[in-house]
Amino acid sequence: MSITTKDVEHVARLARLNLTQEEKETFTEQLNSILQYAEKLNELNTEDVEATTHVLHLSNVMREDVVKESLPSEKVFLNAPDEEDGQFKVPAVLE
Amino acid sequence: MSTSKYETVIGLEVHVELHTKSKIFCGCSTEFGAPPNTHTCPVCLGHPGVLPVLNRQAVDYAIKAAMALNCEIGDVSKFDRKNYFYPDSPKAYQISQFDQPIALNGYIDIEVNGTTKRIGITRLHLEEDAGKLTHVDGGYASLVDFNRVGTPLIEIVSEPEISSPEEARAYLEKMRAIMQYCDVSDVKMEEGSLRCDANISLRPHGQKELGTKAELKNMNSFRGVQRGLEYEQFRQAEALDEGEAIVQETRRWDEAQGKTLSMRGKEQAHDYRYFPDPDLVKIYIDQDWKDRIRATIPELPDARKARYTTELGLPSYDAGVITSSKPVADLFEESLKYTSDAKSVANWIMGDLLGHLNSTGQELSEVKLTGQGLGEMIGLIEKGTISSKIAKTVFKEMLSSGKLPQVIVEEQGLVQISDEGAILAIVNEVVAENPASVEDYKAGKDKAIGFLVGQVMKRSKGKANPGLVNKLLVDVLKS
Repeated sequence: MSITTKDVEHVARLARLNLTQEEKETFTEQLNSILQYAEKLNELNTEDVEATTHVLHLSNVMREDVVKESLPSEKVFLNAPDEEDGQFKVPAVLE
Repeated sequence: MSTSKYETVIGLEVHVELHTKSKIFCGCSTEFGAPPNTHTCPVCLGHPGVLPVLNRQAVDYAIKAAMALNCEIGDVSKFDRKNYFYPDSPKAYQISQFDQPIALNGYIDIEVNGTTKRIGITRLHLEEDAGKLTHVDGGYASLVDFNRVGTPLIEIVSEPEISSPEEARAYLEKMRAIMQYCDVSDVKMEEGSLRCDANISLRPHGQKELGTKAELKNMNSFRGVQRGLEYEQFRQAEALDEGEAIVQETRRWDEAQGKTLSMRGKEQAHDYRYFPDPDLVKIYIDQDWKDRIRATIPELPDARKARYTTELGLPSYDAGVITSSKPVADLFEESLKYTSDAKSVANWIMGDLLGHLNSTGQELSEVKLTGQGLGEMIGLIEKGTISSKIAKTVFKEMLSSGKLPQVIVEEQGLVQISDEGAILAIVNEVVAENPASVEDYKAGKDKAIGFLVGQVMKRSKGKANPGLVNKLLVDVLKS
């Protein structure tokens, strides 16, 4: 499996990244070499192995439905780009 | 144009907010209507390095809802990240479920025009809700309230087996009733705890392949769902008649304009790049867990309806109306502890009570009527203490004050007059004052008696026993 510059452009657009032509070529090459390295895993026979989604042998980790204190509002907006009336203010996204 | 040339195919995607006390992955409150962003923390604000921990109650509710929808509960369930950029989602992904949802393959039965139809449910999965955007500055900026982020949701996807806007509405109403009976959600469309998107396409009768579909959003009421789909059905039929191709797109229902509008700028196909969320581990739902939840499922609307028709002899229509809302059905049953006349209780509920709620837009919880009040009031009518007419006054008073009917009757002096002498006196007055009507009656115009009865009732302020009034009037007129 190899990826093309088109795939790189698609992934870049999904990540909202603007890449130069040079970068596109570099990343196409780099991503292909990473995938080739991962290809090695295909040499293993995994027929009877269940797909792993987590490396730890943990399951059913849950908490009880109890309300805890939320952040005080002065802290909520510490990372906000802009704030108005107790709300985060962002550029409009038209839909 | 004619819609009859085409077969309509609708599939619904319903989102139900689960009414847990805290959010699905953190301890922030889910309370509705708090000041913006006061129910937020590093987990639901998507700060780096935080760890979501699953709320057990949310899983219990999801399993319960799925069982009530006749679904098969998966033995293993997992959470995945659905990646997209939008300001209502602080993490740039939504924690949802992709290939191992809580449940698959369910169904509900709906009834339209007296015919029962089974609608399949493809899947039910758990996910987190997004924040709320308000557009300001003439559309150049948005304000974001993250209180709702992380409220547990179940998404219920139907099979494309719904064939009309009317069926879609019936499906949604049945869905609401089932969720309400299960007590997993407040299911209020106006507060957004029940939401519905629809896929709709048309195809010529007999064609196997589905037509091109439109996805419909922003239908915020049961009526809106039906009207939005009716409009879309009409629009697509007209386009097909003209030989135009239907564009696969998302359209927004505009309630004020009464039409659906294309939502611009989202033509690019979705690519959510789902992958397992590494912060959350798998959920194994064993038999014990399933049994424990199954034991908590109460009698559901269909079972209740069947019981009302077979055990209480209610007409199917009445039973359907009453059981479509759990609080109403509960009031009905409470009333029957005080009277055995089920049909009478049903009539008062369907006519006066639901009429009042519809015209005022109130919920049952906002009026003070009790089952005891309604049952006892029907008892007073049966005993002849009050007339049906007076009962209307008593009923209104019960709605606002919640007092028992006996108390209202005594306080307002509403006891029915059944004393023959007192009624006869009024009858004689009315007969003496209305010679024209008396003559009409004697000339064979039986209708004239209606007017005279009305006069007697009016003069007695509605308190005269109508049966006696009739009898005494006839006696006097014939003598």
